[in-house]
Amino acid sequence: MSDRYELRFSGSGGQGMILAGIVMTEAATIYDDKIAVQSQSYGPESRGGASKAEVIISDGPIDYPKATAIDCMLALTQEAATKYHKDIKDDGILLVDSDEVKDIPTGKFTVYKFPIIETARKELGKEIVANIISLGMITALIGVIKESAVEEAVLSRVPAAFKDLNKKALQIGFEKAKELKANA
Amino acid sequence: MSTDAKPAKKQKLSVPFDYSKYLRKDKLPHIWCPGCGHGIILKALLRAVDKVGLEKDDICMVSGIGCSSRTPGYVDFNTLHTLHGRAPSFATGIKLTNPELNVIVTTGDGDALAIGGNHFIHTCRRNIDMTILVYSNAIYGMTGGQFSPTTPIGSFTHTSSYGAMEPPFDTCEMAKAAGATFVARATSYHVQDLEKTLKAAIEHKGTSVVEILDECPVYFGRLNKMRSASQMMEKIEKEGTVSVKQAENLSPEEIGGRLLRGILHHDTETAEYCDQYAALTERAQGK
Amino acid sequence: MAGKTVRRLLQGNEACAEGALYAGCNFFGGYPITPSTEIAETLSRELPKRGGKWIQMEDEIASIASIVGASIAGAKALTATSGPGLSLKQEVLGYACLTEIPCVLINVMRGGPSTGYPTGPSQADIMQAKWGTHGDHPVITLTPSTVPEIFTETIRAFNLAEKYRTPVFVFYDEILGHMREAVELPEQGVIEVVDRAKPEGKPEDYNPYDTSYEVAPLAPFGKGRRFHITGLNHNDDGFPTNDSTKIDEGNRRIMAKIDNNVSDIESTEEYLMDDAEVIVFAFGSTARSARFAVNRAREKGIKAGLFRPITMWPFPEKALKKAADKAKSIIVPEMNLGQTILEVERVTGHGTIVGLQRVDGEPIHPTEIIELIEKHS
Repeated sequence: MSDRYELRFSGSGGQGMILAGIVMTEAATIYDDKIAVQSQSYGPESRGGASKAEVIISDGPIDYPKATAIDCMLALTQEAATKYHKDIKDDGILLVDSDEVKDIPTGKFTVYKFPIIETARKELGKEIVANIISLGMITALIGVIKESAVEEAVLSRVPAAFKDLNKKALQIGFEKAKELKANA
Repeated sequence: MSTDAKPAKKQKLSVPFDYSKYLRKDKLPHIWCPGCGHGIILKALLRAVDKVGLEKDDICMVSGIGCSSRTPGYVDFNTLHTLHGRAPSFATGIKLTNPELNVIVTTGDGDALAIGGNHFIHTCRRNIDMTILVYSNAIYGMTGGQFSPTTPIGSFTHTSSYGAMEPPFDTCEMAKAAGATFVARATSYHVQDLEKTLKAAIEHKGTSVVEILDECPVYFGRLNKMRSASQMMEKIEKEGTVSVKQAENLSPEEIGGRLLRGILHHDTETAEYCDQYAALTERAQGK
Repeated sequence: MAGKTVRRLLQGNEACAEGALYAGCNFFGGYPITPSTEIAETLSRELPKRGGKWIQMEDEIASIASIVGASIAGAKALTATSGPGLSLKQEVLGYACLTEIPCVLINVMRGGPSTGYPTGPSQADIMQAKWGTHGDHPVITLTPSTVPEIFTETIRAFNLAEKYRTPVFVFYDEILGHMREAVELPEQGVIEVVDRAKPEGKPEDYNPYDTSYEVAPLAPFGKGRRFHITGLNHNDDGFPTNDSTKIDEGNRRIMAKIDNNVSDIESTEEYLMDDAEVIVFAFGSTARSARFAVNRAREKGIKAGLFRPITMWPFPEKALKKAADKAKSIIVPEMNLGQTILEVERVTGHGTIVGLQRVDGEPIHPTEIIELIEKHS
């Protein structure tokens, strides 16, 4: 891992992108042995509009808290993909929701496409866990944070009644990403 | 006809009230002008405090800016002279921190109702236990006689040379509407009523507001052709008001433009703020 | 010494609330304003649990008036706001300076002037901290640059307020307020907590402004020492005075108690400064961009260093002067149109001071600083 591993979760407000960022940071810095910083930017409205959360992971102190050269980015909407992809590194990763993002940004990064929201709806009956499936996928794609740490972080944040649902969502994410990687 | 003198009426012995035990004598004389009603209010307040039986250590008097706000400097309590209009907010911080303190705010019509209007209404709304005395002389005295939110239409002041144009507030109606649970009006003329009203206000648990009509002969009187303080007291405080009791037997036409005097609103049901906060604390602590 | 430490992922504003609680804060008076509201929200949940008092006042002025009142009654009191609220609070801040009432104010800086850019970062309130309220007055302002540092500097703010009987500010920008980092929260007792001095002697002899002390003990209202406090210039006993000697003495004394203790209040970080030829002077989140830039410059063989004021006011004059004397150039990046650069110019008198200013609601990017370092190395 380089001295900074940079992640960006993007979508529209209300899709839980900031929560995904928080959980990833917590996984890295509380449940794994990394140092991590999470920052976010949002407009005054808390629903709709492009929303992003950034997570910087490192083995040492982190100075600049925002993304400079992104290792891995998630985009759940076309707007987010178009607006935020420019900072992705040449050998970086872009994961998009294949139903939402039709106009795939071009660059020297690797693009993974998967119907994330549709999977959440079909397999779990809840669109709301698309962010947790995404989190699982990102975890498996980057291999920087232990899966067990991410699972602990997710479970520490959700009420007891939703633990199973979130655990399943995360597992789906891990598996689907591994399949994508194997078929790449 | 017999000219026998009637037996002399038995004289009731009255011991003069000893104000000195509550006053900071070294801070006197006070700054108030001859004829100003503020001194009458101060004396009535001290008698009321004495009748309630409060300890000096347990009283905190808070004021803003203006003539009325100089009151705390003369009394031997825990005293705080704050900023223009802000006294109720400082007092709220003190009371919530130490609910054992009996908090009295002395303020004026300009201080409480203009620059401090927002603090005044929200303090009433919370119903936090404190007594707010609005010394209402319809003018800004300390700055030299400008019109205030209680200056009657047509009155002359140094900023209303052609007659005041804006309608005045009804302090008591506003306090009641805002949520104060004890609202009364008194005057510096009806001095025994004043003392009784202040005693009841202090004893009430919740926000008490007492508007006290008093006089500023130096500015309001002089500019409105009322030559003396006594003339002002006669005209504004005596003839301009009617007691709640008298008003019961009068038609609205008979009351006319006169203001009601006495306890206008007394609600003992609504919960007081610090008590509510104590209950909230118990909920938070899972008790 | 180290007790049980809990490691938690916290937002800057949450770390601030934790720091306040650690320092013994038992009164919060506030008014909602972005981007500081998480401080009020966190304390609204935590203070009642611990027997503390929390109140949402009717406006910004009332909220600071309530905490000054609370402090007079003996509480350790806090308020939190952002630029527009700070503008409104200036009146009562001056009162607290003159009457010497300890309290802590947090300002999470957002874009201005006016309503400006509520969700974007800024560092444009630095001069308002020093010159915001009328009249000459003392000022202590702390400017942390990490979430863990927000926790420790909030504790230090309470300690300095109690020790010097004066309002103390903690200023950080929206980025720090909302970003999350892991914070080690030590057990009580690990970090020093200072409480105000208690008065001794007979109650009737008590003077709240006793000039035989550098900082006179402050008695709480309602505990047996009856005294007077006024926002007018006053004597040792707290009563107003027209005596020009006393007015002069009082005005100088409230400044001197800070000026004479700069070494106790000052805090700076010097990073790679030993042989630095290009100094970056930066604070808050901008210092993080600067550190990134300094590291990259060093990789390129440029002797760059970071001078970071953690205490902004009083300004770290001696330390900066000493550092600047050896430097070829000083770069001053800040999210305003040139505020701290004025102090850097005044203090160092250096010939090559280069400003880098941004007021678009975006952080200063490290590459912008790297370019200037390269140009002026």
